[in-house]
Amino acid sequence: MLNEKIICAGFGGQGVMLMGQLISYAGMLEGKEVSWLPSYGPEMRGGTANCSVMVSGKPIGSPVITDDATTAIIMNLPSLDKFEVDIATGGNIIINSSLIERKTKRDDLKAYYVPANEIAVELGNAKVANMIMLGAYLELTKVVSVDSVMTALKKIFGESKAHLMKINEDALARGAKAVKA
Amino acid sequence: MAKVLMKGNEAIGAAAIKAGCKYFFGYPITPQNELPEYMSREMPKVGGVFLQAESEVAAINMVYGASGAGARVMTSSSSPGIALKQEGITYIAGAELPCVIVNIVRGGPGLGGIQPAQSDYNQVTRGGGNGDYKLLVYAPANLQEMVDLMQEAFDAADFYRNPVMMVGDGMIGQMMEPIEFKDSVSRFELPEKDWATTGTKGQRKPNIINSLALDPAELEKHNIKLQKKYDAMKANEVRYETYNMENAEVVIVAYGTTSRIVRNAINDLKEQNINVGLIRPITLWPFPEKAFDEVPAACKSLLSVEMSMGQMVDDIKIASNGRWPVSFYGRAGGMIPTPEAVMEKVKELIGGAK
Amino acid sequence: MAVVFQKTKGLTDKETHYCPGCTHGIIHRLVAEVLEELDVLGETIGVAPVGCSVLAYDYFNCDMHEASHGRAPAVATGIKRVLPDKVVFSYQGDGDLASIGTAEIVHVAHRGEKITTIFVNNAIYGMTGGQMAPTTLIGQRATTAPLGRTVEHSGMPLRVSEMLATIDGAAFVERVSVDTPANIRKAKKAIKEAFQCQIDRKGFSIVEVLSTCPTNWGMTPIDSIKWLQDNLIPYYPLGNLRRPEGVK
Repeated sequence: MLNEKIICAGFGGQGVMLMGQLISYAGMLEGKEVSWLPSYGPEMRGGTANCSVMVSGKPIGSPVITDDATTAIIMNLPSLDKFEVDIATGGNIIINSSLIERKTKRDDLKAYYVPANEIAVELGNAKVANMIMLGAYLELTKVVSVDSVMTALKKIFGESKAHLMKINEDALARGAKAVKA
Repeated sequence: MAKVLMKGNEAIGAAAIKAGCKYFFGYPITPQNELPEYMSREMPKVGGVFLQAESEVAAINMVYGASGAGARVMTSSSSPGIALKQEGITYIAGAELPCVIVNIVRGGPGLGGIQPAQSDYNQVTRGGGNGDYKLLVYAPANLQEMVDLMQEAFDAADFYRNPVMMVGDGMIGQMMEPIEFKDSVSRFELPEKDWATTGTKGQRKPNIINSLALDPAELEKHNIKLQKKYDAMKANEVRYETYNMENAEVVIVAYGTTSRIVRNAINDLKEQNINVGLIRPITLWPFPEKAFDEVPAACKSLLSVEMSMGQMVDDIKIASNGRWPVSFYGRAGGMIPTPEAVMEKVKELIGGAK
Repeated sequence: MAVVFQKTKGLTDKETHYCPGCTHGIIHRLVAEVLEELDVLGETIGVAPVGCSVLAYDYFNCDMHEASHGRAPAVATGIKRVLPDKVVFSYQGDGDLASIGTAEIVHVAHRGEKITTIFVNNAIYGMTGGQMAPTTLIGQRATTAPLGRTVEHSGMPLRVSEMLATIDGAAFVERVSVDTPANIRKAKKAIKEAFQCQIDRKGFSIVEVLSTCPTNWGMTPIDSIKWLQDNLIPYYPLGNLRRPEGVK
């Protein structure tokens, strides 16, 4: 049964929280059980940001991920150092290789390296690196559909950011392409 | 209505406004800050008032004034802030005024931490302030239940003229979950607030909001009246849920977010042919003593699972009245129990795995 | 027969519990007369403190709310925010306002809360039996300063009105005394101006009234008036400290 536990981590401004919210929102639209839990408190003031997301076929117990994440989406080096130990054996780790030079130290994970910032710059907007990482994640796991994520994004963006829908959709596609076998 | 994905603290604010709350007085403290922030944005849109007080003490006393003036009013805080509010809460209870107080609990004692905890159990169920008084205390397990109970909380506060506390923890406050805002009909018939201090207009005798009674006989009479009210709350307001009680070898008692973790453990244990029941108090006060009548006689042990160091154990012992042994497993300080640890504790109680 | 004097409608018929020679009764009457003269008695909610005037809710003939110690300005804030068109006042002593309630009085002024505070300063805790207050003078004896207050131990007495007058939200601040008929008339004028200031939504208004406590000062009522004149007034000078611009 579906029981996905995702850690999204990076520094503030990388759109890490939004990435997690989009997965939750899309899951909700698909009738799945979802939760989203941010890190909070003084650590947030230090510039790092992370959230835990659950997408499940059954009611969610604790929204907290301890050491059993099924996937970690890692946007910067401090997040890799902090969270690579919290992934269950056989889980996915998706690493933003634009900002992280080293590989994962774990040999029991499925590791993917996506040069998200470089692709984002190619697309003309450095801010969509998060969507490229998300596109990779969706391609790998199919936990929720790209369509649901786009519907969720439309709701979150509203009218004022409607013009950004296209580049975000392109970013999802480029992220998917980056991890296609 | 369609489901929306909302952060707990904001959902509480939205539910309160939907329940007719027009006044909010608060003071910043983690992990409930999104609630006053939400209120500061939304209250003006409904013709209500948000005010950031100079302290939790001032905030609860503003609630005291606003409630006396007949308003539907709320405040929120987290554990150390609730400790500061106790002065105002006992006055509000003594003067028999309605209000809703949200407590997004964090670990203690002292400044403690900011991560989720349930270590305010005693603070919220034992009165907290001075004197013989009780709060009606709701402890929902998820955001939907929190939202559903909000109307009930305001109505019950008005009906009993008593403060009501809504207890969540850092998880409830911070997490996002799908929520559906449903229209509900009040089950209470709420009388006019003819006691409120709104000005006599020269047409009636002055109303006095007061908790002082210097004559001992008068104060005793007031206390007896209050106790009758609490008896009525005990008779009518107990809420709980039981799960998988039939043939349970162990029955776990857990509330709030902890009960969700326990439920997962119970389901996993079922797959291992171990039958474990759950009593989930939804009202912490009044405590659901009746629920214990559903515990099978052959049950080997009751088990309190908490994010605190066993504060609920006393109530379980009182409610079960020696019928079963009572055990405890808990985490503290913001550490969250895992389903695995709960399962291990259950196995220890029944003498190992099957 | 012509009626030449009538008790104000602003007070109930309840006999007060105040000690002989205490000036609370005069101050109650002034407030009540002002509310009656402004024709707002039916639109007023008063907030009583903890202290000697704790039972003020029995004496004022308007809606009343009894607050906890020092919190009357916060309670008054709650009431005023719900009923912005009503007249709301707090009546507080110096232990209540100048000690345990300093945060609340400072912030009600800081917010420019449109309420009026009557601050009765007799330089001592009356109800609890004559303990030292922040307003107790140097050398003045109290049950918790048996040899008299010293600067070294307790600092200098707190001048609350001067402090509040530095806050922009405080629209009207005046210190008065009720030691002579002339000063009583001035006190009433200040109280009326303070309430008018609230009605005109100018901001927070406060009148500090120097008062006596013959019981705890250990003096006759006449001696205590003299002591107030010789000691309190020199340290707490009478006069207006702040009023809205354009008002004489």
